[in-house]
Amino acid sequence: MTVLAVGATAKDAADEAATIEGVSKVLVAEDALYGHRLAEPTAALIVSLAGDYSHIVAPATTDAKNILPRVAALLDVMVLTDVTSVVDADTFERPVYAGNAMQTVKSKDEKKVITFRTSTFDAAATGGSAAVEDIAAAEDPALSEWVEDKVAESDRPELTSAKIVVSGGRGVGSEEDFVIIEKLADKLGAAVGASRAAVDSGFAPNDWQVGQTGKVVAPDLYVACGISGAIQHLAGMKDSKIIVAINKDEEAPIFQVADFGLVADLFEAVPALTEKV
Amino acid sequence: MKVLVPVKRVIDYNVKVRVKADGSGVDLANVKMSMNPFDEIAVEEAIRLKEAGKAEEVIVVSIGVKQAQETLRTGLAMGADRAILVTAADDVHEDIEPLAVAKLLAAIVKEEEPGLVICGKQAIDNDLNATGQMLAALTGYAQATNANSLEVDGDAATVAREVDGGLQTIKVKLPAIVTTDLRLNEPRYASLPNIMKAKKKPLDEKTPADYGVDVAPRLEIVKTAEPAERAAGIMVGSVDELVENSRKGAI
Ligand SMILES: Cc1cc2nc3c(=O)[nH]c(=O)nc-3n(C[C@H](O)[C@H](O)[C@H](O)COP(=O)(O)OP(=O)(O)OC[C@H]3O[C@@H](n4cnc5c(N)ncnc54)[C@H](O)[C@@H]3O)c2cc1C
Ligand SMILES: Cc1cc2nc3c(=O)[nH]c(=O)nc-3n(C[C@H](O)[C@H](O)[C@H](O)COP(=O)(O)OP(=O)(O)OC[C@H]3O[C@@H](n4cnc5c(N)ncnc54)[C@H](O)[C@@H]3O)c2cc1C
Repeated sequence: MTVLAVGATAKDAADEAATIEGVSKVLVAEDALYGHRLAEPTAALIVSLAGDYSHIVAPATTDAKNILPRVAALLDVMVLTDVTSVVDADTFERPVYAGNAMQTVKSKDEKKVITFRTSTFDAAATGGSAAVEDIAAAEDPALSEWVEDKVAESDRPELTSAKIVVSGGRGVGSEEDFVIIEKLADKLGAAVGASRAAVDSGFAPNDWQVGQTGKVVAPDLYVACGISGAIQHLAGMKDSKIIVAINKDEEAPIFQVADFGLVADLFEAVPALTEKV
Repeated sequence: MKVLVPVKRVIDYNVKVRVKADGSGVDLANVKMSMNPFDEIAVEEAIRLKEAGKAEEVIVVSIGVKQAQETLRTGLAMGADRAILVTAADDVHEDIEPLAVAKLLAAIVKEEEPGLVICGKQAIDNDLNATGQMLAALTGYAQATNANSLEVDGDAATVAREVDGGLQTIKVKLPAIVTTDLRLNEPRYASLPNIMKAKKKPLDEKTPADYGVDVAPRLEIVKTAEPAERAAGIMVGSVDELVENSRKGAI
């Protein structure tokens, strides 16, 4: 297993990857060309290295989902995205239809290009010491250029790997009131999530969206406040260990997946909960 | 410039999905089918470009069963100018893989030479999130996925992309492939007069053979199963009870 570290500054990540158990080699391509996660140059680099490998894999993050399908098409193979379990070297399981069905697929392609849903796998142990080797940058397709990043700096844990997630939905009502969700999250040391309705309404930024077309999370505890529980939302959080739902409507579908449900006005229940935890 | 918009006919997002008892797939017989929601956003964006004088013609294309005609008519009723249907499957349960779809689209791109192709970021049936990127690879064009905003200016487009962590803005050379995210726009509904007018707009019928593309799948679906069910939980009566119960978990 070879790990590829690509970036304008990738050495530190490469050194860290070299300590992962099972890694035999780490390749580092450090070049300004790779500084902004543009798909075309990174895909070109991966394709230039692909010859030696049977499987090319990455986690199912927005960057990898941008890059790997391009790699697959350049290699004339299908891509398998959001894989949740490995059956054998050719056969994989992945959710379809917003997680309403689990599909087992066998690839007939010689090379497999895969993104893995990290929430369903444990991290590999460290303790290895693989060789780290510098490689040259590949050609620059010169098709796109970076303009700017708008990334909110936050001390909160990252949403997809957080142990606790507190999410707010349309029921929260406004961006100002979303603060009560954030306060509970901060008290618990949790990440903050949101439903699509909350993001569309401008209560929360786009990268907080949990669901079929947002982020998939599987924390130890997921607290859903003012979220009805549409299948598209459930697709992103129903593998959480414990689900707590606070909703004023006792018929809300979120209660069907909740381990603990509380029928209450969130404007009273959430601050009270923040007090007591 | 021309704008090409690939639209997929998928199970309506409100329909409860049922896995067939024999594990062969999801039951799509007699269920409501609609245009993939991300593709509605793509059609809307293309029409807005035309209305803003940045595009001359909007072409919608669908690949799949014959009934995808209805999906194309929806696109025409929203305001697209003409449609191309590539009939590549007889049975609605036969999904054409993104790689094959991308090959067909690449052939159509070669013929039509659009300045921009706007796809959805993912189809809500197979949830693969791959076709746009694959088409970009096969055409050798730039790609801007998960678009939150799109501005076309001369021979380039500036796209803000929804990424993990926030937004990334990039500038791509045209022709390019853009895929839509949820916040790009709010698609319009087709008015009754426009639905009537759409019936008269041109719709070309093709087959994969016309483009010399082999659509045989690379992935064999071994089985389709119901996801694991969550055990029923309990309702608590107060915040105190909630804290007490949840403590046994993680709080
Ligand atoms: C091509 C590329 C170049 C980058 N260059 C820089 C840089 O010069 N300086 C900087 O500070 N940050 C750089 N980053 C971003 C930095 O790596 C992010 O901090 C990191 O991507 C965040 O990790 P994530 O878990 O959110 O997943 P994502 O960034 O979404 O990662 C998705 C997957 O893509 C692959 N990947 C991501 N980053 C790299 C990488 N650097 N090398 C190889 N594979 C990667 C991995 O498989 C990763 O899990 C780069 C990212 C990419 C993809
Ligand atoms: C293509 C597509 C993709 C989608 N992807 C996603 C996705 O990734 N993630 C996602 O979340 N959704 C997604 N959706 C949207 C999804 O279908 C729902 O519309 C959305 O999840 C609803 O969000 P919500 O639960 O916050 O809002 P609503 O359904 O409006 O529910 C609000 C809830 O708040 C409760 N409430 C109101 N006031 C209070 C109060 N004071 N106290 C307590 N409770 C209160 C109400 O009882 C109600 O249950 C997608 C839809 C489509 C078509």
